[in-house]
Amino acid sequence: MPAPRTLFDKIWDSHVIFEKPDGDALLHIDRNFVHEGSFHAFGALAKDGRKVRMPSQTFAVADHYVPTVGRERGVDAAEDADARHMIRLLEENCRINGVAHFGIDDARQGIVHVIGPELGITQPGLTITCGDSHTSTHGALGAYAFGTGASQLKQILATQCLWLKRPKTLRVTVNGKLAPGVTGKDVVLAIIAKIGTAGATGHVIEFAGPVIRGLSIEGRLTVCNMAIEAGGRAGMIAPDDAVYEYLHGREYVPRGADWDTALAQWRLLPGDDGARFDREVSLDGAKLEPMVTWGTSPEEALPVSARVPEPKTLGDANQQAHATHALAYMDLKPGMLLTDIKIDRAFIGSCTNGRIEDLRAAAAVLKGRKAAIPAWVSPGSTTLKRQAESEGLDRIFLDAGVEWRASGCSSCAAMNGDTVPAGMRCASTSNRNFEGRQGKGARTHLMSPAMAAAAIVTGRVTDVRKLLAGE
Amino acid sequence: MKPFTTLNAVAVPFDMANIDTDRIIPVRFLRKLRNDKAGYDPYLFHDMRFDADGREKPEFVLNQPAYRNAGILVAGANFGCGSSREGAVYALLDYGIRAVIAPSFGDIHYANELQNGMLPVTLPEEICRGLRQQLQAQPGATLAIDLPAQTVTDTLGDAHPFMIDPVYKERLLKGLDDIGLVMEQLPTIETFEQAYHAQRPWLA
Repeated sequence: MPAPRTLFDKIWDSHVIFEKPDGDALLHIDRNFVHEGSFHAFGALAKDGRKVRMPSQTFAVADHYVPTVGRERGVDAAEDADARHMIRLLEENCRINGVAHFGIDDARQGIVHVIGPELGITQPGLTITCGDSHTSTHGALGAYAFGTGASQLKQILATQCLWLKRPKTLRVTVNGKLAPGVTGKDVVLAIIAKIGTAGATGHVIEFAGPVIRGLSIEGRLTVCNMAIEAGGRAGMIAPDDAVYEYLHGREYVPRGADWDTALAQWRLLPGDDGARFDREVSLDGAKLEPMVTWGTSPEEALPVSARVPEPKTLGDANQQAHATHALAYMDLKPGMLLTDIKIDRAFIGSCTNGRIEDLRAAAAVLKGRKAAIPAWVSPGSTTLKRQAESEGLDRIFLDAGVEWRASGCSSCAAMNGDTVPAGMRCASTSNRNFEGRQGKGARTHLMSPAMAAAAIVTGRVTDVRKLLAGE
Repeated sequence: MKPFTTLNAVAVPFDMANIDTDRIIPVRFLRKLRNDKAGYDPYLFHDMRFDADGREKPEFVLNQPAYRNAGILVAGANFGCGSSREGAVYALLDYGIRAVIAPSFGDIHYANELQNGMLPVTLPEEICRGLRQQLQAQPGATLAIDLPAQTVTDTLGDAHPFMIDPVYKERLLKGLDDIGLVMEQLPTIETFEQAYHAQRPWLA
């Protein structure tokens, strides 16, 4: 009997082209994504006189630098000449190399980590790369997906493979059942708060347990998206019928006999009983509340009912020093209730929380209510934007006084000009509350879409469950 | 790629953990072209280093005269966490930093340093703290890194051994290019791909 293997082991083993005695493995990459920021890699490739070796395995999408307003004008809607240049440069690099390109005008345009699963480019068992740390998202469908820098991206473009050391494995099991109003975002923020932003460094995280299994595909994508915020090399979830149902019929998913073959292979992917992980962590999902970050690191998160912590009560000296600095930057006082924090604006969207379920959750809170602060919604893809409009969600946002924008990375990466002004406090459904992330001097509080919608209504951090209950 | 063997350079103490790559280089500079004429050095730690009017903040460590020619940075845990941006490495390298010593690194940033001939040195928390204390006591002091011997020698002459994967070590010592190493294996790769895609024709 061969030793029982994890989901990760199975994917890794099937992609190793060969392994050197020193442990260095050459790994086949199934699918690679590029975006406007990939110009360094394309430039370096051209400088070497090389072209993309397997163009059919790379997919390009304009997301990081695209404007979210005035999109009927196409690339000219970008006010910044550098941004226009980068959007065009991506198109040009794709044309030269024969790479499929979902440009700013394409009906399938959207955030790379939203459209991959949406178009079925992302499938179970694949190795997937992109020059973006949130590539971990795709692991929610049972893939090994990870971000790289420009040099490794160049290597993938040139060779369709990558030299890697086998990472370690960490299983995070979330037991119990989530209380109403608690979402995938809250689960992953609670995991990061527990293990820390370096908690999974060097490891691939497999999320498991009844809570994870009970999440929708959208919720699973949110959880895996933020695996990188726990330091994880990747995040993944064993594929199941929910994944196969989600994928069936999507543009890049096999059909007919190939679908049957693929499905039979996918069903073999979940880890074997008794497979060993290098580390194990578990959490009681039943105890979780909606989570909110108070600091400038995603691990600086607490349940919405909590108070801003006193730095000296926190973990080690590093965490205490970080928290002291963070509270000064965030202009918060220890001991104050999180629900007493005033919010100046809100952003709903991003590769973390820009999917249909997220938009529906926010709309459910905003329906019949009015925004107390400026806010906008940027759907994760143009396809999703149309879907949301067909469901009437755009009307709910607009009637509440919330802007309904076009799709892109928008205020999460804040590369396209959608920045939060200095000193302003933003309730954001994105993934990073780093200093200056949403703009120089901007203050970010991460939370779920329903929680952000509640903050839009009240202008302060609010427990959405209480708002909906009329308390 | 420029090989890395030994480095004897001014080391700057950076007394912070969880330095994310957004801090190392703010996002608005990632669109900048980088070539022989225009490096990424002006953007390194930009928003910590300069005020709103672009003036140097005198209290920021890299703005202190003793550390201006630093070639080594000694940081806290989880250096380079967050975004995968390789611009963080370009900024460090173009400023003149060729090695970062820290208790731990963000995985992607660690790989990015190696890809550019920079040496990420992992040493225990207490040793990193000790090094920073020495460097704060003697601003402008140098540290000596010896990659073949895998040691960092501090200002007192004590050598601290560090671990590095032998594969990474050899690539740094020889300045090897990953793509060149792959292309040597092209026949093996093609054989693999044919067999792999034969079982999964929809992926070919």
